[in-house]
Amino acid sequence: MNRLETDRLSLKYSDRIIIQHLNIAFEAGAVYSIIGPNGCGKSTLLKALARQLKPAAGQVLLDGKAMSSLSGKQVARQLSYMAQTQEQIEVTVKELVGYGRTPHQPYWNRVSAKDREIADWALEATGLTTYGDRLLHTLSGGERQRAWIAMALAQQPELLLLDEPTTYLDIAHQLEILELVRELNQQFKMTVIMVLHDMNHASVYSDYILAMRSGEIEGFGSPTEVLTPDLLGRVFGVKAHIEAAPEHGKPICRITGLIQK
Amino acid sequence: MLNKSIRRVSMLILFTAAAMAACLFSISTGAVMVPLRDIVNSILQYDLSGMHRDIIWNIRLPRTLVAMVVGANLAVSGALLQGVMRNPLADPHIIGVSSGAGLFGIFLLVVVPQYDYLLTPAAFVGATLAAFIIYLLAWKDGVSPLRIVLAGVAVSAFLGAGISAMLTFYSDRVHGALIFMVGGLAAKSWPDLAIILPYSIIGLGLAMMFSKQMNIMMLGDVNARNLGTRVELSRLLITATATLLAASAVSIAGLLGFVGLVIPHIAKLLVGSDYRMLIPSSALLGAAVLTFCDTLARIMFSPIELPVGIIMGAIGAPFFLYLLRRKRA
Repeated sequence: MNRLETDRLSLKYSDRIIIQHLNIAFEAGAVYSIIGPNGCGKSTLLKALARQLKPAAGQVLLDGKAMSSLSGKQVARQLSYMAQTQEQIEVTVKELVGYGRTPHQPYWNRVSAKDREIADWALEATGLTTYGDRLLHTLSGGERQRAWIAMALAQQPELLLLDEPTTYLDIAHQLEILELVRELNQQFKMTVIMVLHDMNHASVYSDYILAMRSGEIEGFGSPTEVLTPDLLGRVFGVKAHIEAAPEHGKPICRITGLIQK
Repeated sequence: MLNKSIRRVSMLILFTAAAMAACLFSISTGAVMVPLRDIVNSILQYDLSGMHRDIIWNIRLPRTLVAMVVGANLAVSGALLQGVMRNPLADPHIIGVSSGAGLFGIFLLVVVPQYDYLLTPAAFVGATLAAFIIYLLAWKDGVSPLRIVLAGVAVSAFLGAGISAMLTFYSDRVHGALIFMVGGLAAKSWPDLAIILPYSIIGLGLAMMFSKQMNIMMLGDVNARNLGTRVELSRLLITATATLLAASAVSIAGLLGFVGLVIPHIAKLLVGSDYRMLIPSSALLGAAVLTFCDTLARIMFSPIELPVGIIMGAIGAPFFLYLLRRKRA
């Protein structure tokens, strides 16, 4: 069964329509990347999938059930969403990760041993075990990003939705995050849907790529199927040369210029 | 883990001690100095006779208790609002509590002074009404903190114009209104305590209940929603609680500024930003600081008594700046 799907989903901000009658389905256990130019609606779609944005029409289905019929907590136990930019807040890493347990806790209960165990696991999975007592805002960009991911992991979601998790990071830290995503997918069978800017990262680190332009799907399939000179021309308006990388066989795009209009 | 709990409990004990000390200072100090032994005796054994007993039971004890409750209410209200509006400059002014209470209170005091006994309920109605209007104006598929702050500024300016107009038209009666506008606790007694206490107990209880939720709200709307929170509902309930606390305080003590803005910051500097600590710490510190300042206001220029609002600003603001700089260093 499809983990997450949309049924004639329309999204808008105030009166501006972003997406209209979109149907798409994401299966369990895969890594999906959404690519597309600025303003194409990729982040907006992710927000709607994460229940952060109310559909103007149509609906999002989680395991075949309308998400709007589920409580916030029910959704939060299965799905975690991480926004592109995060708030500046004064908490320790351990506290932040502890908050990730909220959807699993009855309001009045104190933190249980199990909660603590899972929080420790989340810190370990993100390589932050020794950072527990550090204040979030004293961490470097990459560490901070991992701390927010650790909070998401403490939710024990089966679905992880990430909006440009690599922005503002240098290349090594970008790859570190993407390697972490791959590990979470392979080791813990998490389904990941992320918005990425770099199509080569999307190619290497995801099973499927969804390419969008102006709120519509331009391509959806394996990296080899989607990343073609024709599609990149239509979606981004660039000329691209594509070849399979000898290291892993995934398509790698070399952008050679703008398509003159 | 254990260390942290011990640290937290000892901080709360320290703040409680500070509040108690301020309380004793307030009861013992004044035109007549009452020795500590007499305070203890007259509180423990009600039937102790004499002047000290009368001073304590009829004048100082009720006023001290009112100061503590008002201080606690304003500080906790500010702590809630700073969190839920995600704005370090937020205080009860921002949701119109002061301007609303001001408009209704000043109207009563200068336009129809024969009804001045209705000051407390009128100010309370004005405060809650202004908060309600601001929330309504800021609503547009939900309320964003920024829109509340902006609506609050606009509504407060509008109501402030009304206050200024009344003060201009009835300039001969301004003096009576002045104390209400600065905020003071002169002649507050048991009936005032009886009015504010129920609101205070309910409000502080709700604030404690929401403290865990506040921690989640501090993560921002997106993260709070992601963790399953009904963000709009939480914000409404927390703002309503803050309104209740602040409205009951200003309707008794007038438009005391500063406590609601600065005490939460001082508490945060001392105990960190976990609301389960911040709420009780703000309450205790607010009670301690307002009681202490009110005592100074009574004795500093004796026999003239200053409104406590003046002392709060004059001593509190430099102290706050000192704390702020020390923390950075």
